[in-house]
Amino acid sequence: MNTGRGTRLPLPSSVRKRSMTRLIFAGLALLMSCTLAFGQDAPMQAILQDQSALIVKSSRKTIAPAIASITNSGLPQAQDVLQAWQGKLMWQRKSDGVFFRGEKLDSKTYRLFDFDTGEAVGEAPKSDLKQIKPNSGIRALIGSALVQFQLSDPDPLRRLAALTSIQRDPSADLLAPLRASLAAETDADVLAKKRRAERLLTIAYDGDEPARIAAIADMSGDVGVDVRATLNPLLETQIKAFPNTPPATLNVARKLVPGDTISTDAAYAMLVDNGFAPSLISADDMRQTLAQHITDGKVGGIDVNLLDQPEARTRAYAGLVATGLAKSAPTLPEIKTAVASHSFVEIYHDPSKAVTTAAAAAMLGIDLKVGANQTFDLILDGLSLASIYFLAAIGLAITFGVMGVINMAHGEFIMMGAYTGYVVQQVVPNHTASILIAIPLAFAVTFAAGVAMERLVIRYLYNRPLETLLATFGVSIALQQLAKNIFGTQARPLTAPTWLDGAWVINDVVSISYIRIAIFVLAVAFLAIYLFIMKRTRLGLETRAVTQNPHMAASMGINPNRVNMLTFGLGSGIAGVAGVAIGLFAKVTSELGNDYIVQSFMTVVVGGVGNIWGTLWGAAMIGFLQKGIEWFNPSNTLAAQTFMIIFIIIFIQFRPRGIIALKGRAAGD
Amino acid sequence: MQNSFLMRTPSTLIFLALLAVFTIIVTALSEGLGLGLVSTSLVKTLGKTLCLGLVALSMDLVWGYAGILSLGHFAFFGMGGYMIGMWLMYERTRDIVVHSLADAPIPSTAQEISDAIGNQIFGVVGSAEFPLIWAFADSLFLQLLLVVLVPGVLALVFGWLAFRSRVAGVYLSILTQAMTLALSLYLFQNDSGLRGNNGLSGLQNLPGFSDVPQSLVSLWFLWGSALALGLGYLVAAWVVSGKFGSVLRGIRDNEARVRFLGYSVENYKLVLFTGTACMAGIAGALYYPQAGIINPAEIAPIASIYLAVWVAIGGRGRLYGAVIGAAFVSLLSSWFTGGRAPDIVLGSFALKWVDWWLIALGLSFVLVTLYAPKGIGGLFDLISNRTSPNRHGADLGPDAGALREQEANE
Repeated sequence: MNTGRGTRLPLPSSVRKRSMTRLIFAGLALLMSCTLAFGQDAPMQAILQDQSALIVKSSRKTIAPAIASITNSGLPQAQDVLQAWQGKLMWQRKSDGVFFRGEKLDSKTYRLFDFDTGEAVGEAPKSDLKQIKPNSGIRALIGSALVQFQLSDPDPLRRLAALTSIQRDPSADLLAPLRASLAAETDADVLAKKRRAERLLTIAYDGDEPARIAAIADMSGDVGVDVRATLNPLLETQIKAFPNTPPATLNVARKLVPGDTISTDAAYAMLVDNGFAPSLISADDMRQTLAQHITDGKVGGIDVNLLDQPEARTRAYAGLVATGLAKSAPTLPEIKTAVASHSFVEIYHDPSKAVTTAAAAAMLGIDLKVGANQTFDLILDGLSLASIYFLAAIGLAITFGVMGVINMAHGEFIMMGAYTGYVVQQVVPNHTASILIAIPLAFAVTFAAGVAMERLVIRYLYNRPLETLLATFGVSIALQQLAKNIFGTQARPLTAPTWLDGAWVINDVVSISYIRIAIFVLAVAFLAIYLFIMKRTRLGLETRAVTQNPHMAASMGINPNRVNMLTFGLGSGIAGVAGVAIGLFAKVTSELGNDYIVQSFMTVVVGGVGNIWGTLWGAAMIGFLQKGIEWFNPSNTLAAQTFMIIFIIIFIQFRPRGIIALKGRAAGD
Repeated sequence: MQNSFLMRTPSTLIFLALLAVFTIIVTALSEGLGLGLVSTSLVKTLGKTLCLGLVALSMDLVWGYAGILSLGHFAFFGMGGYMIGMWLMYERTRDIVVHSLADAPIPSTAQEISDAIGNQIFGVVGSAEFPLIWAFADSLFLQLLLVVLVPGVLALVFGWLAFRSRVAGVYLSILTQAMTLALSLYLFQNDSGLRGNNGLSGLQNLPGFSDVPQSLVSLWFLWGSALALGLGYLVAAWVVSGKFGSVLRGIRDNEARVRFLGYSVENYKLVLFTGTACMAGIAGALYYPQAGIINPAEIAPIASIYLAVWVAIGGRGRLYGAVIGAAFVSLLSSWFTGGRAPDIVLGSFALKWVDWWLIALGLSFVLVTLYAPKGIGGLFDLISNRTSPNRHGADLGPDAGALREQEANE
C-alpha cells in the first residue's frame, strides 16, 4: 500500500465492514483517480469524475475502460451506479460536472441522490442538469458488467436473469465471477443452471486445455441448443491456400484435393483472392474491355459485327493482349498448374487440436442423439397431422363411408363449426367456458344444417351419387359466399384457453403443443363415440341395417327416412365439432373447408369406404406421409402436398378399395 | 356419310349457322373492322366465351355422354394455356431484350441474349436459369404441338391408371379433383419453372405483330375461337352420332352390360378422356392470349367444378346445351360480379350482386340438379315438341351416371 496519500482512507461506514482486499482495490482505484475534492469520502464519485470524459462522450467503442473501472472498483455502490447508468437515470450537474442519480419530481425539477451515500442531496431544475443517455450498445455492455453483481444477488430470480444474460451474450470475463458465485449458491435449481453455464463457458473460453476437454466430455450427449451453440464455433473452419505445405502450427481439419474435395474453379478463385495468382477475365469484363477498344469498327483485328460469336471474342481479346491493350487471361493449363502448386487446407479457428478433436467427437454423439430425437419429433408431428385429418374425415366417414352420400359441403360444415366457436367467443369472453359451450353448440348448428340439407336436397338424390356431388357443390359454393358476406374475408380468431397455450417440451428438439395433444385426445374420443354409437346403440344398428338393405330394413319396422336424416345429421355435427378444434390452430376463414375437403375424401377413400378403422389408417398414412415428404424438403410444403396426392393416386391403383376393403355383400357392387 | 350425318342432326347445322352469324355480326360491330359499337374488351370477352364453350363441349362429351364426371378438364384447359403462354412470353421478352441490347457497342452472343431473357422472365421468382420445361419455348410449332400433347399425355397416363383399376363414378371424380389440386399446388411453387403464383403475363401481345392494334388482334382471336368451336362441335357431333357415341351412352347407362357385350370399356373411356383433354388444351391455348395472363389459381379445383356447373345448367348430354350453359353462366357471372348489375333494395338493406351472385348461382345449381336435370337445353324440347318415352320416372340404366328418363332425349 504505497498510495502516497496514506493508507487509512476515510471511507463510508458501509465499506469499512468489507474485507481488506476490497479496501486495497478501493485504494488502487483512488490511486488512479485524479486529485479531486471528493477523492477522500466519495470514492465512486472520484471514479466517475476520472472517467467523466468517456462517460459523457457515450461512445460504444471507447466506453469499455469507464465501465471496467466502475466494475473493478470493488465498491458496493458500483451495482447501483451501473443500474442507474443503464436505466438512463444518471445526471450530471452542469455547474461542477458532478454525477448524480436523478429522480423526476415534475417535468422541470429532479431530486438528486449521491452515488456514494445513496442519500438525497437536494433538488435541481432540469436546466442545470445534463442526462447521460447511453445508447443500446453501451447499455448491453453495462448489462454484461452488471451480471457479476447479479450472480450473487440475494433474489434467485435476479440470479436466473443474470444466467439468461450470460447465455445470450457469453464472454470470457464472465467465467471467473460465475465460478466464484458457485460456492455460495444455495438454490439447487439455480446451482444446476450455474454449473451448466460454467461448463459451457469453460468449453468456450477457458485457457486451460485439459479443463476444456473435461468440460466437453461432461457436456457430450446433451442435445441442448446451448451446447450445440457452444460446440459449433469450435468446429468452425476456414479454407486457406498456401504456396507450399502449410505451417505445422496450424490446427488442420483436413487437406483438400483440388478437383475432388474442392472444385478447381473455387480453388483458383481462392488463389486470386490471396494474391497468389492473376485473376480470371470474366465474360462481362472481356466484353467491356473489347467495347473500350473499338477502332474503326474493329477490335483486335476482328470486325465488331462478328463479335456475336464467343469464339470470335476470344480471338479479338487475344489480339488486344498481343498489342498490349489488355492484360492476358490465364489459360486453362496455367490455372491447373497454379492450383497444383498450392496446397489447400481446412483450418479450425481454434488452435488446439485436442480440443477440436474432443469437440468433433462430442458433436458426432450429439448429432446422433439429435437425429434420433428429430425422428421422434417427426413421428409426433405425423401423429398430430394424422389426428387432424382423422377429425376432419370422421364426419365424412359417416356420411360418405356408411351412407354413401358424397357431401362436398362437408368442408363448409367444418367452417360453420369454426365460425360458431368464433361467435360464441364474442359473447362469452372466458375462453375455457366459451370452448366448452362452442363444442355442443357447433354440433347442434351443423346437425341442424345437415338435417336440413338431407331433407331438402339429398333425399331426392339417393342412388344418384353424381347428382348428389353436384348439388352439394352448389350448397358448398353458396355457404362459402354466405360466410364471406357475414364474416368478411379476413381471418377471424378462435382463441384457445390459456391452459392450452404453450407446448410440452421434452428437450430442445422434441416438443409438441398442447393444442395438438388436445386434438389428438379429441380424435381418440370421437373414435370411441363413433364406435359406441355404431355398435352399441339403436341408431347405430338401424343405420347399419338401412345402409345394407333399405327395403329389408323398412320391412322390419325401421323408418329409413328418419334413420338417414339422423345419420346425416350426426356426420355433419361431428364435422362442426372438428371445425371448432381445427379453428383453434388454423385461421378461420370462409375458405377453411376448402383446405380439408380433398384431404378428407382422400382419407376416407384411401382407408376404405365404410370402415372407421380404414379411415383411421388412411388418416395415419396421409399424415405421416405428408410429414415424411416435408422432412425431405422442409421449405416446400406445396411440393409435399403435390407428391402426397400423386402417391395416393398410385396407391389406389394397387388397392382400389382402400386399405381395409369391405368384402362380400357389404361391399355393394 | 358426312352429308347423311348432318342431315340426321339438324341441330349441328343450326348451331354452326348461328355461330357464323354471331361472328359476322360481332365483326361488323367491332372497333377493329366495323362500326365500333362493340368495344375491344367486349370482343375479347366474347372470344373467351367461345373458348369456354369449347371446353364445356369437351366436358359434355366426357360427362354427359360417357358419365365420367371429370373434375380435371379445366386443368387440361390451363395446361394448354401455359404451353402457348410459354412461347408468347419467351418470344415477346426476346423481342424486348434484343431491342434493348441492339445499342450495345458489341453485338450480343446467343448465350447473352438467352441469359437476359431468363433474367427478365424468372427474375420475379429469384432465378435466372431456364428450367428444362422451357426447352422448346422458342419454337411456335413445338409449343403448339405441346398444347395438345401435354394435356393429352397427362390425361392418357392418369386415365390409364384410373380406368385400369376400375375407378369409376364419384371415386373417379374425387381422384380427378385430387389430380387438379396436385397440379395447381405444384404450379404455385416458385421452383415449378412456370413462375409460381405470378403465372405468365403479357400474353395479349403477339410477338412480331406489335404494331397491330389490340382491336384487330382481338378479332383474329374471335375468329380463331369461333373456328375452333365450330370444328370442335362438328367433330363432337360426328363422334356421338356414330357407333362410338352409342357405345359411350351404353357405358354411361350400364357399364357392366357394355363390357359383357364384348366392348373394351376401358379403351373407349381412355380414348374419350384423352381426346377431350386435347380439346380442352386447344380451348385454353386460345383463351389465355385473350385473357392476357395465366396463373395457377386458374387451375384450382373450383374452376373445374364451375365447368361442371355450366354444363349441368346448360343441359348435359346435348352438345349445344353445354355451349349455351358455358356462355350463359360465364357471361352472367362476369356481369353480376363486375359490379354493373343494379342492387336490389329491400327496405334498408341493399342486396349487392357482387356479394350475393355466388349464393344465387349455388342455389340455382341445386335447383337445376333437383328439378330441371335437362337444364336450359331442355327448353328446346318444348319448341321441337319432342316426346319422351314414358317409363314412369325409372332410370334408363342402373349406373351412377345413367340418365333419368326426363333428361334422356338426344
